Formats: sequence, C-alpha cells, structure tokens
Amino acid sequence: MPVHTTHPNRRPSSHQPLWLRVTHWLNAAAVLVMVTSGWRIYNASPIFGDFTFPAGITLGGWLGGALQWHFAGMWLLVLNGLAYLLLSLLTGRWARRMFPVSPRGVLRDAWLAITARLSHADTGHYNQVQRAAYLFAVADLVLLVASGLVIWKSVQFPLLRDLLGGYDLARIIHFCTMAALVGFTILHLVMAMLVPRSLLAMLLGRPTLQTTTSRENTP
Amino acid sequence: MSPSIWQRDNAEAVVTEARRMLSGPLPQAARRQFLRRGLTLGGLALLSGCRIDDSATAEAALQRVSRFNDTVQGWLFDASRLAPTYPDSMITRPFPFNAFYGESEVPQVDADTYRLEVTGLVADKRRWRLDELRALPQHTQVTRHICVEGWSAIGKWGGPRFRDFLQAVGADLGARYVGFQCADNYYTSIDMATALHPQTLLALDWDGQPLPPRYGFPMKLRMPTKLGYKNPKHITALFVSNTFNRGYWEDQGYNWFGGS
Repeated sequence: MPVHTTHPNRRPSSHQPLWLRVTHWLNAAAVLVMVTSGWRIYNASPIFGDFTFPAGITLGGWLGGALQWHFAGMWLLVLNGLAYLLLSLLTGRWARRMFPVSPRGVLRDAWLAITARLSHADTGHYNQVQRAAYLFAVADLVLLVASGLVIWKSVQFPLLRDLLGGYDLARIIHFCTMAALVGFTILHLVMAMLVPRSLLAMLLGRPTLQTTTSRENTP
Repeated sequence: MSPSIWQRDNAEAVVTEARRMLSGPLPQAARRQFLRRGLTLGGLALLSGCRIDDSATAEAALQRVSRFNDTVQGWLFDASRLAPTYPDSMITRPFPFNAFYGESEVPQVDADTYRLEVTGLVADKRRWRLDELRALPQHTQVTRHICVEGWSAIGKWGGPRFRDFLQAVGADLGARYVGFQCADNYYTSIDMATALHPQTLLALDWDGQPLPPRYGFPMKLRMPTKLGYKNPKHITALFVSNTFNRGYWEDQGYNWFGGS
C-alpha cells in the first residue's frame, strides 16, 4: 500500500502565499473601480479649477452611476484590505518581509537600484525601497478610506472629521491620497514589467513558469 | 410628469400603488435614462465576466448594493450626533440656487392660500396654514448644506423642529418613513430617525427672512444630516407611512438614504 510522501511539498520562502495573491488582485480590482468611479464623482464638482478627468476613463456613465459603483466597490476595498492587514499581522509576514526599514536602508537600496546593482534574484525578499513603497501604499490607502468616511458620513465620524480638518479639507485629502495611490500604481506596474519574475510570483505564487516537480524537492 | 401619488387623498390607493411600484422594475423612463447613459468602456471591461451588452444586469446588482447600503446607513445613524454649526460670518453669500430646473421655473406659491396637507399614519389630518406653522416653537441653525456633487455652502435656516410638528399632528413616531410632495413636482422620502433628529427643521426662514422662492418658499425640510437632494423645497404635502417610497433623484439611481 503506497505511503504518502514524507517530503511535504513545502514551498520555498520566496513564494507568495495564496491569501496574499488573492487579496492583492482583489485589491487591484477594487482600486480600479474606486479610482475610475471617483474621477467621475470628482468631475461633478471639481476642486482644482478647471481640472477634470476625461469622461472616457471614468466609470459609471453619470454621477449617480459613478456613486453606485463607488459605494459598491468600497465594500470590496475595505473588507479585502482588512483581511490583508489581519493576515499579514497574524502570519508574521509583515514582521518578516516589511521590516526592518530605515531611511538609511531605503537610500542605500535606492542607490544600488539606480546603479543597477540591486539584486532581484529572490522575489520573496523585499529590498528597502520596496518595503517603504508598500508600507506607503498601505498607509495611503488607510488615509484614503478615512477621508472617504469623513466625506460620506461627516456627522457620524466627528473625531475623524476634526482630525482631517472638516468636510472641504477631507475632499482635498481624498483627492491627494488618490493621486498618490495612482502614482504608486504606475511605478508598481513599471517595476513589475522590469522584473517579470515578481509578476509571476504574484500570479502563480512562484517566480518561474515551471512547476515544482518532486525531483526538485528530493534532496 | 405624471400626477404624483401624493396628490391623491385615498391612503389605500397610495399604498397599493407603492406596492405595485416596488414589485415591478424601475419605471420605464428611469430605466431608459440609465441605459442611455450606459456604462463607459472601463465599466464594460470590468464586467467581462458578465454579458457586457447587458448593463441592466449591472444596474440591478448596483441597485441591490445601494439598498443594502441604505440599511447599513440606518444602523450607522446616531440621532445624538449633531452636524457642525457655524458663526453667521461664515454664511455663504450669495447662497447658491440649486434644483433640477432653472431659476426662472421656480414655483410661486401663494402664502394666503397655502395649506400643508398631512396624511398617512397621523391622528390629526387637518391642513396647516403658514401662520400655524409659525406658531410652533421656532429654532435657528447655521449649518452646511452638502450637495451630492461635492460642493457645499453654509446657510442659516429657521423654523419649527420637524419632531415638534410630527408630535403636534399625532404622527406614529414608530412608523418607518415620511414622504414629501412639492409644488415643483419634486418628491422624496426619508427615514423616521432622521425626521426626529433635533436639527431637522421645517424651515420657513432663510437668514432671518421668510424663505425666498428660490430657496423653497413657503417651506422646505432642512436636514444638515442629509445631502441636498434629500431636502425637499416648496413642500405641499407630507405622508407618514411604513411603506417604502422613493424620490425624484432616488428613482434615477441616487442613494435613498443619502446622508450622514
């Protein structure tokens, strides 16, 4: 009678776990919905003079439709974001991958990157520029959601409203954090294209197209 | 625009009509409008898993989420939380005119013949004259009017608390909704919790003067906890009920709760 292998198919540490990949791509979908519908909402009453977003890159068709997308997408963004934060903390992933990070370390890795000496061999290891960028994205999203709460429920969240300087300032913060997130996303996409292995890792959980065979796992 | 259900006296007919409207799909005009506005390319790309030519599918799904959000917002609503108030010096001047029609089409209501019709779950269904409304205790607030479009303006409104009025007519305060019908054919409905909120006024004044026609003469419902479109102007009739009723903009897709 065959006995189950005593070599469990343990994935090396460089692999991205399934929960991370799922929350990452759900977040990507949520951000796409929120940003494109948000542009339509912004256009109804621009904050910055004549600056508006071209209607063709917005979602919803008109203000009411955009609001419906925005207030449906928010559930995905917030629930998925909470799941990510919870799992990152519980699994110790944040402690392992995102820290330590220091201004000095970020500068050092940035210099190595600029001079093309930064190794991307291990997609499971985040250099300090990456760590700072990902932590920035998370913090930015938290502020984005908080300012959104103030705009949506300015009477029900008085402390948050006062912290963010009232309704009108919350709109400006909501816009600026959106712009920062879009900036991060563009940079993030460029880096993923420059280092395709990282994209594979985020799609397949491993940095190569080859599947792991039992031969590779046998010592 | 078809005659509104609010203009009928028969409460049973109103409830029957409301049930019929609820059970069926959106009115044809609203549906066509949504389809005509349609989804943009970005929306279609996102829906590649669905039939991308069927924006009605997306419309129905989004409408369901919007109704779910009404429920969640009802839970979030805390009657003890007050909207911020401001000093008179911060009043926006001139205060913007805003309606679904131009300023030249503002209805002119005659103060002498005006009677507020009160129907539904109320003990006293007599009609109210303006001077009777002014005889109720008056309150003034300087609060921010927030438009669904994102702009906001600070104004000063005065009039009786809506709660006092509802008590005066012996309304069933445990009922779920209050609906409004207006001289400009606008209609909307709100939840009872917001109707009873201490800052919800039957506004008769703007900045110490009787409401000018462009701000809703002779009376508007002023709720600093709700977006602008939930604040009906030129109110001629109101109706207390347990049957869900929509509103002019709500029928076209704006969220029904629409507030903070």
